[in-house]
Amino acid sequence: MQSNPTDGQGQPLLSVRGIQKIYKVDAGEIEAVRNLTFDLRPGELVCLVGPSGSGKTTLLKIIAGLMAPTSGEVVLAGKKVTEPPKDMAVVFQEYGRSLFPWMTVRGNVELPLKNAGIAKAERNQLVDNALEAVGLSHVPTSYPWQLSGGMQQRVAIARAVAYQPKVLLMDEPFAAVDAQTRADLEDLVRDVWEKLGVTILFVTHDIDESVYLGERVVVLSSSPTVVQEDIIIDLPEKRDQLTTRSLPRFVELRNHVYEQIQIAKKNKGAATAAPVDPRVTVPHATDAPSAGEVNAS
Amino acid sequence: MNTTKRLPTGPLLGLAGILGFLLTWELIPRLGVVNPRFLPPASEVLGVFFSNLGLGAFWTAVLDTMTGWFLGLLIATAAAIVLGLVIGSSDFLRKATNSTIEFLRPIPSVALIPLAVLLFGLRLESTLLLVIYASFWQVLIQVLYGVADVDPVASNTAKSFGLGPLARIRYVVWPTTLPYLMTGIRLAAAVALILAITASLIIGSPGLGKEIANAQSGGAISQMYALVLTTGVLGILINMGMRFVERRTLSWHSSVRGEVVV
Amino acid sequence: MNTLKKAGYLVALPALLIFIWWISTLGSTNFFVPKPGMLVDKLVTVWTGERLVEDVLPSLTRLIIGILLAIVLGTGLGILVGTTRWLRNLLEPVLEFFRAIPPPVLIPVLMLLIGVNDQMKIAVIVSGCIWPVLLNTIEGVRAVDGVLSDSARTFRISGVARLRYLVLPSASPQIMAGVRQCLSIGLILMVISEMFASSEGLGFTIVQFQRSFAIPEMWSGIVVLGLIGVAMSFMFQWAERRILGWYHGLREVEHAE
Repeated sequence: MQSNPTDGQGQPLLSVRGIQKIYKVDAGEIEAVRNLTFDLRPGELVCLVGPSGSGKTTLLKIIAGLMAPTSGEVVLAGKKVTEPPKDMAVVFQEYGRSLFPWMTVRGNVELPLKNAGIAKAERNQLVDNALEAVGLSHVPTSYPWQLSGGMQQRVAIARAVAYQPKVLLMDEPFAAVDAQTRADLEDLVRDVWEKLGVTILFVTHDIDESVYLGERVVVLSSSPTVVQEDIIIDLPEKRDQLTTRSLPRFVELRNHVYEQIQIAKKNKGAATAAPVDPRVTVPHATDAPSAGEVNAS
Repeated sequence: MNTTKRLPTGPLLGLAGILGFLLTWELIPRLGVVNPRFLPPASEVLGVFFSNLGLGAFWTAVLDTMTGWFLGLLIATAAAIVLGLVIGSSDFLRKATNSTIEFLRPIPSVALIPLAVLLFGLRLESTLLLVIYASFWQVLIQVLYGVADVDPVASNTAKSFGLGPLARIRYVVWPTTLPYLMTGIRLAAAVALILAITASLIIGSPGLGKEIANAQSGGAISQMYALVLTTGVLGILINMGMRFVERRTLSWHSSVRGEVVV
Repeated sequence: MNTLKKAGYLVALPALLIFIWWISTLGSTNFFVPKPGMLVDKLVTVWTGERLVEDVLPSLTRLIIGILLAIVLGTGLGILVGTTRWLRNLLEPVLEFFRAIPPPVLIPVLMLLIGVNDQMKIAVIVSGCIWPVLLNTIEGVRAVDGVLSDSARTFRISGVARLRYLVLPSASPQIMAGVRQCLSIGLILMVISEMFASSEGLGFTIVQFQRSFAIPEMWSGIVVLGLIGVAMSFMFQWAERRILGWYHGLREVEHAE
């Protein structure tokens, strides 16, 4: 997995700084998001997880440039995000409504490239590669609604991937898909990530999924949302559904995240200040409890 | 990225639009852009419009038009409901009548004008013939859609409980068909008005259409425009009335239907 | 259902009706109802030859021009108004009012303003046909699926491309529904404008027959009108199936769930 060439070594590719979002409603104001700050380094796969109502989708829309934050900023490759940036692609949860029903699979995947003015020969190549990467080379002339939910989401992923973005945002993409298909799609994401080296921010409410997929898991608090914890997932790079999920380390990490979510749910409504440094390494069960390790919790 | 303002600009703008239109209408003839003999200023026409409201002859014409509209709509709806239910509940009948319906449907009812004149001359029946013919198809199509939408599970359940055809119609078919029927009646009501006025206009049977033709040929141009306005007002009133009836009739009914545009 | 059965259903009822008609007019000399044979005879003799060129063709030409103009103007204006919120708010009440005026009523008005000529007849057709197209376009263009719109935005599809790939296709079912209504209204207006104010044309000819009590000829004219209506309906359905193939497929899948 090669890292993307960026400006400067170790510079974050995507920087979320102090994002705050306040909604005006009839009764007054609602602070949905208080302070979200985290970074994505090039080539990272980071999962964002939180209780329902923690503003995950709001945050994603702000990062994608679809919505303006009340304060704070998002910086992608050194440039501030004010509208949907060129180097970003999004995969939405509602695959049925994010693909154009009047275009074939191929047409859908091709459209952003056509719109970006890419020449036909290169376009065809990119589309072919993307369709093959997601395993849909055999249905280019089908219409999205002729395909199953899982396949439609693959089309959406192919479309995002063909676009060659620097950052791929995925907003609970597998929430509306059955469990077996979800497992396949999770592996597809890791596969695509390894092959193409794209940076991925993966939003989910599924705790197991976040630990299975991510190199890091960012846990959000309840609304008004802050980053509660930023957990390093030190599972092996090669993961698969059967073995990885039965690893004791997986269970440890997963339980930790689960506890954090419970804490977040319990503190619902109570505005918590963002921890100064939310980064956390979850202690191994085999570690001696009073070893001199630095843990911020 | 835009934030919508919370000002009630919508209705205000609409009002501005109406006023703007009236103002333009006032100015165009007065400034000589169009010959005021052919297009009197808005104020003149509105003046005639309101003074009409006090004239007996005016209301007679309105009544004539509305009678043709109402009777025609009533007869057409009754016939369409009966035929629609009968045809719709039988697969055989539906298939057998399909070609005939698809052939007769697009025939413009105005093609029947010569026939109407032959049969009924200038009487109200001429108007009725046209209104009934046009409205009938609107309602029939919707009723057929409605019956086709009946949940077969519900229908079979009713059958297995021993409900005869009439009871099934009452408890299963009718509630499903009702929203479609209301849509059909609403569409038919608009068509019926158009035909009622058109018949009166072309044939000369009593009604607003005849008055408009008379006004035009007699040179009473402001009156002509005032009557044209009246038809618009009637159309809006009928549409509003129909939507009201539709809402009331279906207020208890979960609206899962979409309007099937014929 | 095999083709034989299909054909059977297609012609059974019409054949039955024609049979009843034929039987009941066998020995009669009814003034109002011609015999089937007579009608077919009149259909052929009256409407082929020079009448076809002098009356039917001009009528159809005006109809087609009027409808095309209405579609182009209606869609163009509809896109403009539908995508501009303040414009929509401004014009909506006025448009609703004009829509409520029965189109035939404008015939005397247009006669006054334009005179009795081809332009007037085309104007009548346009003035009636434009409403379903315009209003349906506004309605269709106004509401695009939110997720689809967001998707397009993230891929930076904007401006004309957004119209072409997102807004128009999304609105096309609604627009086609408007075009369908436009076709039937156009035919009606073509006939009426000729019955009311004309010296040639299909509608005029039919009325002439009626006035001179040439009844079988009159009926043949009515049948011709019916045939034109049916032909237009078929052509529209053919075009609609091609343009909206995706939509029908989509609905089928949705309904199956």
